[in-house]
Amino acid sequence: MRRVHFWDHLILILGSLLMLMPILYAFMTSTHDPVSIFRNGMQLSPGGHFFETYHTILTKAGGFTKEVTGVTMFWNSMILGIGFAVGKIVISMMAAYAIVYFRLPFASFFFWIIFSSLLLPLEVRILPSYEIVQSMGMMNSYAGLIIPLIASATGTFYFRQFFKSVPDELVEAARIDGAGPVKFFLDILVPLSRTMIAAIFIIMFVYGWNQYLWPTLITTDESFFTLVRGIKQITQVYAESRLPKVNEAMALSILAMLPPILVVIIFQSWFVKGLVESEK
Amino acid sequence: MKRVQFRHSLLPYFLLIPQLSIIGLFFLWPAGEAIRASFYLEDPFGFGSTFVGMDNYIDTMSNAEYLNTAWFTLIFTVVVAFFSLSISLLLAVKADAVLHARSSYRTLLMWVYAIAPPVAGLVSLMLFDQHLGPITDLAALFGWELRLGVNGFDTAFVMSTTAIWKQIPVNFIFFLSGLQSVPKSIQEAAAIDCKSGTRRFWSVTFPLLAPTGFFLLIINITYALFDTFGIIDVLIKSEPGNNPITLVYKVYNDAFRGNDLGGSSAQSVVLMILVFILTIIQFRMIERKVHYN
Repeated sequence: MRRVHFWDHLILILGSLLMLMPILYAFMTSTHDPVSIFRNGMQLSPGGHFFETYHTILTKAGGFTKEVTGVTMFWNSMILGIGFAVGKIVISMMAAYAIVYFRLPFASFFFWIIFSSLLLPLEVRILPSYEIVQSMGMMNSYAGLIIPLIASATGTFYFRQFFKSVPDELVEAARIDGAGPVKFFLDILVPLSRTMIAAIFIIMFVYGWNQYLWPTLITTDESFFTLVRGIKQITQVYAESRLPKVNEAMALSILAMLPPILVVIIFQSWFVKGLVESEK
Repeated sequence: MKRVQFRHSLLPYFLLIPQLSIIGLFFLWPAGEAIRASFYLEDPFGFGSTFVGMDNYIDTMSNAEYLNTAWFTLIFTVVVAFFSLSISLLLAVKADAVLHARSSYRTLLMWVYAIAPPVAGLVSLMLFDQHLGPITDLAALFGWELRLGVNGFDTAFVMSTTAIWKQIPVNFIFFLSGLQSVPKSIQEAAAIDCKSGTRRFWSVTFPLLAPTGFFLLIINITYALFDTFGIIDVLIKSEPGNNPITLVYKVYNDAFRGNDLGGSSAQSVVLMILVFILTIIQFRMIERKVHYN
């Protein structure tokens, strides 16, 4: 029995290292100075330039952008992540409540319209979406960045499923006590959905923070760049075969991945619940 | 639907308006526009467009470049789905088997979920760099001169490796939660009947995991088709040139770089049909799962 477990642990440790090593390389490299990186390649030992490099990318416009700093991009990423998650939860809870709790003529018609959005990933309708947002004058705005991303129906399905599992007796009791639909929603259903909301918030925050293609098209003005959008600027420097500051590129990557990683690790049980439930 | 429902004339519509209007504006309209544009030839100087019927589809489908891209996309999808599913299944089975430190392993194997594909792409770009990359050095030890961005096969290899690595956590989480829902009584009964752990896995655990596996297969196909965009864009530094790209990347590239509106729209519609089929399969499977549980 012991030996069996030894192999199990060995495979798991190798798997964990497989996941960790690339990021460890990225982080360690970011603490070295560019000259030694060019001489010796990427590093696995800590260098002495941690504070210097991270201070530079956070407060100064580096070699990759003209004026925007890491701090500004960080806040833009926050706005996108939180704005997307909150917007999506509010809108999809409202829609799911209407579909589950009301006698609606054409209910299945509405359901199918919402369902249809699952069939159209952003990537396959990218040009017309871009043109519509452009014609509405929403380029380089947080609204243009967030709202078109919000509508897909995953959240609505998730809450619809959950609302259906809430016992009917609650509505009956609420009605006997004279609570209207708005009061029932705000005072009973929303508090009851707290864990669900937390779980879906984690998933959506990470999803919003990590958006790449849409911000690349919608934001041309640097002051709206997110960290993930900023990655494109780094590859641009490479494409022009200029000498890139590898330490700063890696530091920006670490900055772009750190907040979602922390959220996922700290709220791990909610995250797993949200992932398993929302994909169902 | 609920047995007990509220009767209210306007409130439900008010509740539905935000979602429906966003879907109408940013989903249905653009999709309709893509379908319409796929039947028209846009004047390159912006003077109107002419109806050309199925010409865009025929031109696209018979184009050798498109066929190459489709072929590469197919191989890429199969490779990414196969390897990320097998590696995570192995890890999930092992994580389910150990008693000690199970939750630590779970954390260590899933946090990569949070990394954005283009960020993973940038780290890969460095790790496989011809001058700086430690993996390039490692490959050189085996006599393989890895040239990312120069050699098509090497580029495809790096793309696939990065995409597989990035997808392991999702598969792992689903497989582990699938394994943990296998009743203990079944596992114990199997352990009494059959001593070989490997055989027990293939004849008892694996069939019980099949619904999770099928579901994940669809998720992985969708991932390889659409969500790898960021990885590809970063690894080829937005310069397709002779690099391998996927169908989704080609839709984007033809529309925004090639200015081939009709052709790009026709490709979009083909992909829409593909997503439609995948989603239908996925939903039918979920219904089956619900029925038998």
